This record gives sequence, structure tokens and C-alpha cells, in this order.
Amino acid sequence: MKFAVSIGLEIHVQLRTRTKIFCGCPTTFGAPPNTQVCPVCLGLPGALPVLNREAVRLTVMAGLALGCRINLRSKFDRKNYFYPDMPKNYQISQYDLPLCVGGGLEIETPAGRRFIRLRRIHLEEDVGKNLHFAQSSGVDFNRAGVPLMEIVTEPDLTSADEAHTFLLALKEVLLHGGISDCNLEEGNLRCDVNISVRPEGADELGVKTELKNLNSFRAVHRALDYEIRRQIDLLSCGRTVVQETRRWNDELGITESMRTKEEAHDYRYFPEPDLVPVELTEEQLTEWRAQLPELPAARRARLVREYGLPEYDAKVLTADPDVADFFEAAARRSQQPKIVSNWIMTEVLRVLGERGSSIRDLPLTPDALAELIEMVQRGVINMPAAKSVLAELMEHGGRPAEIIERRGLVQISDRGALEPVVEEVLRDHPGPAADYRNGKAAALQFLIGQVMKRTRGKANPKLVAEVLRARLESQSPSS
Amino acid sequence: MSCSGPVSELPSLSAALDALRRNEVSSEELVSELLRTIECWNPTLNAYVYVNSEEALACAREADARRRAGDPAPWVGVPIGIKDNICVRGQPCTCGSKILKSYRSPYDATVSRRLREAGAVFVGRLNLDEFAMGSSTETSAWGPARNPWDVDRVAGGSSGGSAAAVAAGMAVAALGSDTGGSIRQPAAFCGCVGLKPSYGRVSRYGLVAYASSLDQIGPLTRTVRDAALLLSVLAGRDPMDSTSLDVPVPDYIAAVDQAPDDLRGRCIGLPREYFAEGIEPDVAQAVKAAVADMARLGADVVEVSLPHTHYAVAAYYLIATAEASANLARFDGVRYGLRVPSEDVLEQYERTRAEGFGQEVKRRIILGTYALSAGYYDAYYLRAQKVRTLIRRDFERAFQQCDLLLTPVAPTTAFRIGERISDPLTMYLGDIFTVPANLAGICAISIPAGLDSRGLPVGLQLMAPALEEARLLQVAHVVEQTRPRLPRPPLASRASGGSPA
Repeated sequence: MKFAVSIGLEIHVQLRTRTKIFCGCPTTFGAPPNTQVCPVCLGLPGALPVLNREAVRLTVMAGLALGCRINLRSKFDRKNYFYPDMPKNYQISQYDLPLCVGGGLEIETPAGRRFIRLRRIHLEEDVGKNLHFAQSSGVDFNRAGVPLMEIVTEPDLTSADEAHTFLLALKEVLLHGGISDCNLEEGNLRCDVNISVRPEGADELGVKTELKNLNSFRAVHRALDYEIRRQIDLLSCGRTVVQETRRWNDELGITESMRTKEEAHDYRYFPEPDLVPVELTEEQLTEWRAQLPELPAARRARLVREYGLPEYDAKVLTADPDVADFFEAAARRSQQPKIVSNWIMTEVLRVLGERGSSIRDLPLTPDALAELIEMVQRGVINMPAAKSVLAELMEHGGRPAEIIERRGLVQISDRGALEPVVEEVLRDHPGPAADYRNGKAAALQFLIGQVMKRTRGKANPKLVAEVLRARLESQSPSS
Repeated sequence: MSCSGPVSELPSLSAALDALRRNEVSSEELVSELLRTIECWNPTLNAYVYVNSEEALACAREADARRRAGDPAPWVGVPIGIKDNICVRGQPCTCGSKILKSYRSPYDATVSRRLREAGAVFVGRLNLDEFAMGSSTETSAWGPARNPWDVDRVAGGSSGGSAAAVAAGMAVAALGSDTGGSIRQPAAFCGCVGLKPSYGRVSRYGLVAYASSLDQIGPLTRTVRDAALLLSVLAGRDPMDSTSLDVPVPDYIAAVDQAPDDLRGRCIGLPREYFAEGIEPDVAQAVKAAVADMARLGADVVEVSLPHTHYAVAAYYLIATAEASANLARFDGVRYGLRVPSEDVLEQYERTRAEGFGQEVKRRIILGTYALSAGYYDAYYLRAQKVRTLIRRDFERAFQQCDLLLTPVAPTTAFRIGERISDPLTMYLGDIFTVPANLAGICAISIPAGLDSRGLPVGLQLMAPALEEARLLQVAHVVEQTRPRLPRPPLASRASGGSPA
């Protein structure tokens, strides 16, 4: 029997705000435990929340970027459950009036483009983090109150691959929109999945399970692969899937039962009386819509159209909006977009990958890259020299012309200066010279290499070849 | 100073401010006198659960120095008592509960900060029903506050400690909180003035929440003018409380000082439903007498109807308990307060809360949890919210016909300690005249109307539309002048007739 798979995602995204959602504590990652806390985010008796408007703006921006309907009036609710990492033992979240409803995102699959619908996006506060020691446990509340946006999709995804593709596409949108740093290591993006399988052709969705503890996109992929197999195996041998929450065990590569439907919490949602409803106006939305940066799909199309780049280049460059910004700045300066793209895709992205850093952290500027490329084009330096200059630019910054000058890398493009060296080489290597004259064209490469060596790499290789050829062909082998 | 017989009269807040300004008394003298009175009578009345004598005296001496140095702040050196659910930095905030027995607040409530900046001296923490849940201060883990007019009777609640202290001269003025009558009813029972401001008029930041959509901080004082003085420091927008209103604060002191001698042009509404069955004859009589005096002063008196009054108590006890069930969830032994160590965290929650909370608090948490549960939410919480809307509309309609409403504060005067504690329903029904103002978010004040035949104070409630505190205080001040001046409370048991042991 063939089975159809339905996957829905619930993605928690940490918003790019300086301060927490209901107090003025900073959101900086990695501070010593309980150093970014105050009466509000610790839930001390008497403390009250005050909404951070920037968190609302960023959530609405995400909604606008994803084509959602924005609720002009939305509100917060209390979600009640006891857990040691929850300062108040209720979480301030949004229940029946979220900020954004509907919308969706198009993804590319091997079978073509698919539109994945969103159900809603709401805003809520993060909880603290439990820490376990040998003899005791502790809670770090630095993260408590960090603003989170929860994006819930419809169960439109049909495979682990699609889920993975969707997450990557969503990450691009959030990065481009300046909505989140999407730093997975810092837990900026966390994902739960709902999954069910049913016999192909069945109208109703099968019984679903919810998977938790998915700490990377790779974990999402692996967990889904495992869970799809598990559910199909169950159904294939006539058994049933139990509606439950399962935890992904990354070490064993399996999902394990956490709690069944009967054990599910009754969250007893009710409107948060400490906050007033969020009221937005059409004017406000118009203003924010105008602030919305260009999104990945539109930008890709524009890079192809405006700079004549191949689709592939546009896709690679727009995976990170900062890289795309860098490209555009350099391309405008150099007027050689494809060459700029080649340099970025090969040299620059390689170094970023090795260092695991962002292009914003590189001392290399778009102007410097453009200038370097121009110097290669003009024949001022050759490629090997240019690569070594680029390495220095990425390490220490500076201006290419100065580096070339300081390191004496200016290419020798003066025929008069090269001719004596060519003579020397021909005298010292009569064998290869004779070979060339006897029709062995490959021998020329050896001779060029010798000239480059004697000029310490500074000779213009094209000119060297020209001079060599002229010299060798002007003298007959017999003379 | 003798500890038997009636207390010497402590100045009103207005008088204390004047005396300090004219250097007729120093803050140190005022605070010392106050501390002596507290030492004398607190063992009888149990109004304070904590007195910080040393710190208060130090603050008083500092205030005197400031005043000598020319600090013009009018409040410098004035002692104020604070209900033990309003945070003051460095002081205990037990909320009358074992679960917060050892807790001290690391921060000031906004009202505490405003008073501190104005120069006030905090003398101690005033007794209350546990987490302000009660109408008699009997649910306090530290024992009931007693009524200065008959120490066998309750001081009312939940701000019973505040009312008893002000009435007995153990506080010049005090702060209370009012969720369903917790300022007005004890003020009525103890013969002082209690003002519940409109919802959003005073910041709730630093008030340990019982029911967030109903709670308001307000003054308990000797006179209406004192209430106006205190409100003028408390009122106003606070960026730390999203529900505080961003509207100008009128000059409440001027409203009282410039009050006319009569009530001509004022229309006073008597809501029919507040004068139905169940009111003690003496209470009804005291209100009637006040009505007659108001009419004599030129007020138009009209009968109005608040038809949904009957549902107010039920709606109140659903909304308040639902909010309380979430508000009190944070007391779990993880971060502060009582912790009963256990094998696992769930058991720790259970044992900490079982041991830390009293009966009434548990009753309300269970009731509220039930009202919010899946399958019951619509029938209870949601319906109660609809009733709340109807009650708000009742008031809007009534205030189209009159400027203010006049009612009793409670159906009876102070009852005996122990009389109702095992009968929560009777206790809850006693809140019938006070909870509607909280549900509607309007302002209301309780002022002494006189004494009943047993010599117990009777309260008179005036209610005004939201944010009309100036109107409320002005009329209350005029009515106050028509009422017989109360004698000093005996601070004894009426039953025994003598002084307390």
C-alpha cells in the first residue's frame, strides 16, 4: 500500500530586539546565568509586564513578508502550566487573536514549486532554562522573557525533504526581513513538528504525533524520516498510531513517547489582564509595509534581471542577505557583476565557511573587492597575486593598491623588461626550447613557468607566452 | 502614656502635614508618638504584622534634617502605613501568607516610590486577609486584625489592618487595596474613610496581584480631605503598568478645599437594588438620615436602577478567582518564599503550596482553576465577563440620570470574629454593595455615617463614574461635614464592657 504524509511545523523564532518582550533586560546570548533578569522577568510578586512595541513590529513584518492577514486588534492570553523554568507558571502568549493569520511561502521541490500555507503567527515570551548538576538543579532565567514568534503551518508538507526546504526558505525570509538573526546555535530558531500518514487517496488525515526536541534542521529531517517510517510500519501491519507527543533522541536516532493525548495539559487560556489589547492602524501597516526589505525570491529575480547573473549565482548570493548586499555594492562599483559573483562564491564564501563568520565581520569591503577585480582586468596584477591580496584583505582589510605596492606585486607587462629573462631561460633550457620548435606545444608551458619563477610570479603570463612564442618562432631550429 | 482607655488623638494627615510644615512638630516626634501608640495597642488589635521602628525613626530624623536644610517637599517626614501586599524595597511583603513569610521585596511598588520620593516614612506593614482574599482579615496567617470599636469583632477586610490602624490612631494614613470592597468595607467597619480609585487611576506595579482586572490601590484615612491628599500623590500614569491610564490628574485637594457649602445642582441617585432585603435596620436608617441631610443641602435625590446587581457577586467570584488561580501560580518554592523540599519537583510544588497557602486561598484557586477548565470556560468565566459588561452598562445608564450614587457599604456593621469564617457564602454575599464598582471600574468612597445602636460605625458609599474622583471627593467632603463626628473608639470589647486584657 502507498501512503501519503502530512507534516505541519510549529517554528519558534527569536526576534531581533535589543530588550526582552515585557521588560528592559537585554537579550544578549551567553551571559552568566541570571545576570539579565529583573522583577518582571523573574515573576516577582507585584511585577507587571509592559509590551515591547518592537517585538510587535517585527512579528507584523514577518506576517507582511509571508503574506499573512494582520489583525488590527489582537490580544495576549495566559497559558497556564507549572514548570520550573516558567517564572510565573503561566506563559504570556496569544490564543484566539494572534497578530497574523494565513499567508504562506512558496518552496521549490523536485516536483516543481509548491505553496505551503501558514495558519498563524503569534507572539509570546520565552521561558528560562533548567540546568542539572550532580546534586541539584538550577534555573537560568536570562532567556525568560525573550520575545518569540511562533509560526504555525498547515499540514501541507509531504516529506522530510520538503520540511527541510521550507525551513531553509523561511530562514531566508526572516534574515532578509531583518526579523531574526536565525542563529541556530543560539536557539534563535526552534521547531516542533506534527506528522501523520494515511493510505494514499484517503480523505481524512491520519492520527498525528507531535515531535519535540529538534535542535537543528538536520534533526528535523532525520526525525521526520524516522517517524514517517515508524508510522507507515505500524499501519502496514494493521496497527494504529497513538496520538501523542514524542521526543527525538538524537543520539539513538529514534523518537520516544513523551505523553499521550490523555496526559495532555489543559492550558486554561484566558485573556491577560495585565496587558491592554494591541491596536494597529492601516496607516501603521502601510508604513511598515514600506519598510519591508526585498524578499529572497524577488531579489533573486532582480539579480538575474539587473546583473545578468545565472539563476544559480543569484540563489547562492541571496541565501544570506548580507552577502547579497555585499555583492550588489561591489558589482555596482566594478561593472563586472559575473566576475564579482565568481570571486564571492569561490573565495569569499569559502573563507566565511571556514571561519563560520558573517560577511559583516570581514574587514574586506565591497569597494576593495571591486578595486582588486579591476586591477586584474587592467592587467596590473595577475590572478595568483590577486588571490593572495584578497586573502590579506579578508584578514586585515586595507586598500588593494597599497597592498600590491607594499608587496611589490605589480605585474611586469613591459616587453623590454621580460626579453632578457626570456633569453636567459632559453639559454638555460635548450631541451624544451627544441621540443617546442619540433611541434611539442606543451613545452611552452614549462618555459612560461620558468619565466614566472625568475620574475617571482610578477610577470604577465600572457605577455610571457607572447614573447616566448615570438622568440622561438623567429629562430629556425637549424640556426 | 497609658495603654488602657481610649487613645490620644493622633493628627489627621492634613494636620500632620501642616504641623510639620510649620515646624510645630518634628517628624521624629510624630513617628515616636506613633510607634508608642503602636506598641501600646497593636498587641490588642493586630493591625501591623511588622513594624520597622528603627528604620522609621532613622528615616524621620533624616527627614527632619532635610526639612531643616530647606527641602520644600510637603510630605517630608510624614509616616504612612502600608498594607502588606504592596512592595516596599527591603521590607517584608508577606501578603498575610505563610508562603511569603520570609520574603522581602527587592523593589518599590510605584506607589511606594512616589511616596518615598515625596518624603514619606514607612512605619510598618499592615495586616490583611491572605493575598487580600477575604472580608474580615480572619484569613491572615498572622491572625485577625481586631476592630477598635469592639475588639471581639472583625476590622473588615481585606485591608482590615489598614482600617484598624487609622481608626485607632496607629497610623496617620494608610494604603490599602480594593478588589471587591477591600478598602471600603473595612473603612466602614472601623469608622474611617476609604477610597477605591477608578481602575487605571493608580499604578498597580508592586501590588501583589489577587485579581488583576479588579485590583486598585487606594487610601484609608481619617478624613475625605486626607484621602484627596494621598490620592494626589498616588494617581497618574505609570509606564510600568500598562493598565494605568494616561489622563491628566485633576487637583483633588482643590476639589475638596473649594467645595461649596451645599449640594445644590448635584443629583444623587439611590439604586433601588441596594436597598432591598437583607440590610440591617440601623444601616438603612443611617443611610436614610444621610439622604435627608443631602436633600436639605439642596441635592436632587432620585431613585435609579442597577438591574444586574443581583449577579455581581457571582460574576465577581468567578472572574476574581480565575485571575487569582493564575496570579498565585508563581508561589511554587522555586525562586522565593517557602519551599518544602521533596523528592521531585511536582511533589515540591504540592507540598509547598499545601503548607504555604491557607484554606480560603486554596478554595479560591480551586474555584478559579475550575472556572477556566476546558469545557467550563464558556459557562463560567466567559459568562461572568458578559455579566460584567451588563453591570458596566447599568452604571453608564444610571450616571446619565445622576452625578453620584449613594448606597450602604455593607448590609451589616462589623460582625463577630468567627461568626462567618466557616460560612464562605454568607461572607461573600456581604460584598454585594462593593463588588459592582470594581467590576465596572468606577470610583467609590466609604465615609462614616454614624454609629449603630451597638455603637459600631456605619459606612456610607458614594460612587462616581470612572475618573471622576474629584467630583466624588468633593461631594463626599460636603456629606462628611453633615455627619455626626465619631467619638474615639474604645479599643475594648463591648461584650465585657471593660478594657481588653
